[in-house]
Order: sequence, then structure tokens, then C-alpha cells
Amino acid sequence: MTHFKESGVVDLDTLARMGYVPSEERLRRGPVAIYECVEEIPCNVCVFSCPFNAVTKNKITDLPKIDFSKCTGCGVCVGRCPGLAIFVVDVSREGDVGYVTLPHELLPAPSKGSEVLLLDREGREVGRGTVTKVYRDKITRSWVVTLSVPKDLVMVVRAIRVIK
Amino acid sequence: MGDRRIRSHPILEFKRGREITIFFEGEPLRAFEGESLAAAIYAAGIDVFRLSPTLKRPRAVFCMVGKCGSCMVRVNGIPTRSCITPAEDGMRVERINDLPEASKYEKRLVSEEITTDVLIVGGGPAGMASAEVLCNTDLNVVLVDDQIRLGGQLIKQTHIFFGSKELFAGRRGFEIAEEYSSKLSKCSNMRIISGATVVGVFKEGVLAVSDEAKYLIRPKYVVIATGAYENHLVFENNDLPGVMGAGGAQTLMNVWGVKPGNEVLVVGSGNVGLIISYQLLQAGAEVKAVVEALPRIGGWFVHAAKIRRYGVPILTSHTILGVNGTRRVEEAVIARVDENWNVVGGTERFVKVDTVLLAVGLTPNTELVRQFGAATRYIPDLGGLVPLKTPYMETSVENVFVAGDLAAIEEATTAFIEGWIAGYSILIKARGEREEYLTKRENLLRMLYEYRSAPVSEKIRRSWQLSLLPCGGVNA
Repeated sequence: MTHFKESGVVDLDTLARMGYVPSEERLRRGPVAIYECVEEIPCNVCVFSCPFNAVTKNKITDLPKIDFSKCTGCGVCVGRCPGLAIFVVDVSREGDVGYVTLPHELLPAPSKGSEVLLLDREGREVGRGTVTKVYRDKITRSWVVTLSVPKDLVMVVRAIRVIK
Repeated sequence: MGDRRIRSHPILEFKRGREITIFFEGEPLRAFEGESLAAAIYAAGIDVFRLSPTLKRPRAVFCMVGKCGSCMVRVNGIPTRSCITPAEDGMRVERINDLPEASKYEKRLVSEEITTDVLIVGGGPAGMASAEVLCNTDLNVVLVDDQIRLGGQLIKQTHIFFGSKELFAGRRGFEIAEEYSSKLSKCSNMRIISGATVVGVFKEGVLAVSDEAKYLIRPKYVVIATGAYENHLVFENNDLPGVMGAGGAQTLMNVWGVKPGNEVLVVGSGNVGLIISYQLLQAGAEVKAVVEALPRIGGWFVHAAKIRRYGVPILTSHTILGVNGTRRVEEAVIARVDENWNVVGGTERFVKVDTVLLAVGLTPNTELVRQFGAATRYIPDLGGLVPLKTPYMETSVENVFVAGDLAAIEEATTAFIEGWIAGYSILIKARGEREEYLTKRENLLRMLYEYRSAPVSEKIRRSWQLSLLPCGGVNA
């Protein structure tokens, strides 16, 4: 695999190695945050944003450590992360539908019920989804968008294009 | 000619002044009072601002912060850098197609002499941070800034800041600038002079000049926070309108709400290159590619991932060879380079773009600090020629301090910390070694050290020592 600093794209193995992929059992239990913060950045916005103290850092430059037993998948960190590098996935419901929550800062504005193109980490169209929930973070003003997507795409979809 | 103004933006709201009319070469153009004149001209679809004096090549905006002179026009008969001149109703603007004349400047000047405790040169993060420390103390402070709005480059930063809570993490730069600007305007001991350039140090004092006045300032302490200017790059036709500094494009787009172009090539994948690419997408432009001569992305991965997920390619081991076009860029030529930076033959390709943005680093603005007589050293990792200073930010000239990009090319966060350190150092010198000031300064030094401990700051860490004077060892 090409290194993420060559491609600008991170793969699941790298995320797993860094402790960012929860167990199957945890994923089945309900929504949970997926951090794609793979570089040591002097930043701790996620640490002080988390209402459940599920994210910790010893030094400000450490990679964040997520305690998946404390993370409720509430998504507060999604709208706050300066790197737009946090997502929430939910595969806990029966059937083929999963949910991805992601930060969004492009027009057209998403609204509940909007149909969107689903994009992967390289901007390739991988399908279509529907916005099930959207709000603007009160500090950053980024949209935090929850989408229903095919269940097998929750670890693939990382951006959207709202269809007018 | 279309209107290049951004109508709607996902994050920004552009607060424009009253609608006015300016005249460019006799043609009426719509503008908004108080906005950058250059932005108004560019917004109206005008590509050529002037011709070069000798070869008569077209020139247009490049830096948008008054550093390059590329946007110089005649306004009501007087040669003017249009980017840092606020638009006024009825302004008559003409191209300058030869050398500008100097004589008319003097007639407009009224002079004022100012004696002050502290002079701060530069209203960016570093200068504002020093001012904040000195706000409402018993020291008189004069802050001189050459821009229309206070805040330095923060006013165009629309992305969310990294860092820790006390260092504005999670906030957007332009919001921090607005907050500081309003806070400083309320300081009882502070005079802010905007739109004035400090042009030099003379026997009689420090000379600052604006369109209306000249100021001769005699300070006891000086903080020089003059920032940096954007580097250019050598390639064929690199002076063609449409080739712009990435920072210049940011000012145009994020401060004045004018789209720099529709199809853009970004050169350089450092944080500036990656961030501008994302901001172009937000403004509704298409980014055809980011080219990077090195085999790896220069900036933070998260900034790269943000544009990759919208399909923007980052072409590592690629460079720009040239641009073509008559009145502005119409296409760019890019090619692959090998590990020795040589172009690989046969890999040239043409990319249809109307704009090429250069994000190839910055150079510290050391002219003024050198005029003060401060010792400097050439340290490439810090951005080139930089002033030597103590850990407390004092230069080799006693009572002359530096802070921010001028001291080393870093970022807003470290500029703030250095500015605060310089502010406390002045308080300590002027008011004695009070426990409170000393503790605050030590904490800031520790914060700076921690911030620079990230792997991305390796170059700064490695070279910082080279720029240090021995503590207290001024008057070298």
C-alpha cells in the first residue's frame, strides 16, 4: 500500500494498527467514532470536546486514544475536529442499511432528506445515500451530516456531494 | 466581463459596504465602499492591471497585501498599490504602463511626531499578541499596520485551527482576528494606526507613512512583527496574470469574497497549498491538481485527505514547467521529476486552467529589523535570513524585539506565543522583574517548546538554536 503521506489516502489496515477500528462486537452495539487522525499533530480539540471523556492524549502531539467503551457515537467531535478527520459509523441495526456521520463544508447545503452522491477517500462515487439528520456545529459552523448508506460502505464513504 | 464575486459561501458571510462606482480606464465599474480596490477591479473581470515598464508585459494581482507592487495603478493621478487601498466612490483608476512618478506623494503628507513607550510594527498575530499583553498597562503603545484591516494573515484563514484550548484550537482564524481587533481598539493606552507603512529608521525616529500623513515615532521599546512575503517560482511566463500567490488568492477570496479563478492548479503541497485548495472548493472553483516536486505531501495528512475525498489529485514528484496565455493564464504545463529534481522527458502534459497558485514557501520580512541594526543569520530551515534573538525575543539591538514569521516561518499559533513573550519581556524591562510577569513568560516558553515537539516541527527544532543569542547577551 502507498504511504498515506504519498497518496493523501489512509487505508483500513493503517487505521486498525493505530487502534482506530473498534471490534465487531462494539460495532454491533451501536454508533461509534472512527478517528482518521494518523499523524502526530499538536492538537487536542477532540480531547476537550468529548462530553464522555472517551478521548485522551498524554502529550498534545500524541495520537488520540479512543476508549470505545466510553464513546457513545454522539458525534460532537465530528463537527469540532480541525482536520475534519472524525466520522461516526453505525451498523447496529438489522438489515442492509448503515449510517455514516461526517463533517461537511461545501455548498449546496445539505438538509434532511437530501439525496447525495457518496464519495470515498479518493473522491470516487461509490453510490447514493440520503441525509437522515443534519445540524451546524455551534462553534465551527460546519455541518454535521448523518447519512443512510449501504451497510458495507460505512468504512468507505467519507464525503458527499449534495445533488441539487 | 463577468462578476467574479462569490454570491454564497458555506462558511463565510461577506459584509460589503455601500455600492459605489469607480472608473477603470474611463469605464464605470461596480464596487463596494471600503473593500480593496484591487479586489473590486479584479471582481469586475479585469485581468490586466498595468504593463511592465520595459517589456510591456501584462501585470495583475499577486500578493494582495501590498508587498509585490504588481497591482500598482494610478488612482486620481497618484500611483497606488490598489490591493491595500480602500475603494471610494468616483475613484478614477488608470493603468500604469511605464515607471510610476514619485513627486505627487509629498503634497498629501501632513506630519506628526509621536513619543511613545512601545512601538509595535505589524498587526498580525504576533503584533496583536504583544499589544494584548501591554493593553491597559501604564506604558503607551503605538501599533502601526499597513493593511486595511487588522489581523495580518489571520483575516483570510477560514479553516479551523489545531492546537490546545488556550491557543484558539477549534476556532477559525478570521474570527480570532475580529475578536482581537475589537479588543485592542478598547485599550486605553493604545493608538492603532492602520494603512501606514513603516518605511525606515532615521536619526529623528522611526518613519511611518500613510496616504494622508507621515509619522515620526520615537519609541523606547520596539516589537517588530513584520511577517513574511510569499516566494515566487521560476518557470516560463510566470509573470502572466492568473499566476498568483496562494496567500494573495486567499485574501481575494476569503477577505473580499472574489473568486480568483474557475479552474485552478496549485503548486506546492505544504499546508498553505492544501488549505487553499480546500478553500477554492468551498468558493465553488475547480482544483485541477496540486503538484508537489517532492515524493511526499508536504503538509499535514488531514489537510490532504480533505481535498482527496473530493477527487482533487495530488501529483507528487511533479513540477510546473510553464504557463501559456495571452492576457491571462489559459493552460499550464506540468511534468514528472526524478529524485534529482530533473524533468523526466516525455511526461509533459498540458492542463487547462485559468489560474495557477504558488504555495512554495515564505521569506521573512527582515528589511526593517536589519535597518535597526540587528544581527541576522541565513538559516534555510527558518525561512532564510532571520534576526538573531534571545529566548525572550530580544534582538542584538537592546530593546528591539521580534515575533512571528519574521523570526522564523512557522504559524499563527507560535506567532501568538512569541508575541506574548515579547510583550512580557518589555513589561519586565520597563517595570522590573515582577513574579507575575516572570511566571507568565516561563509558561509561554514551555508552551512554545511543547508545541514545537511535534514531528512536523522537526526542522524548526533543529535550527532554532542557531538563531539564538545568549540570554541577556544583547549589544553584540
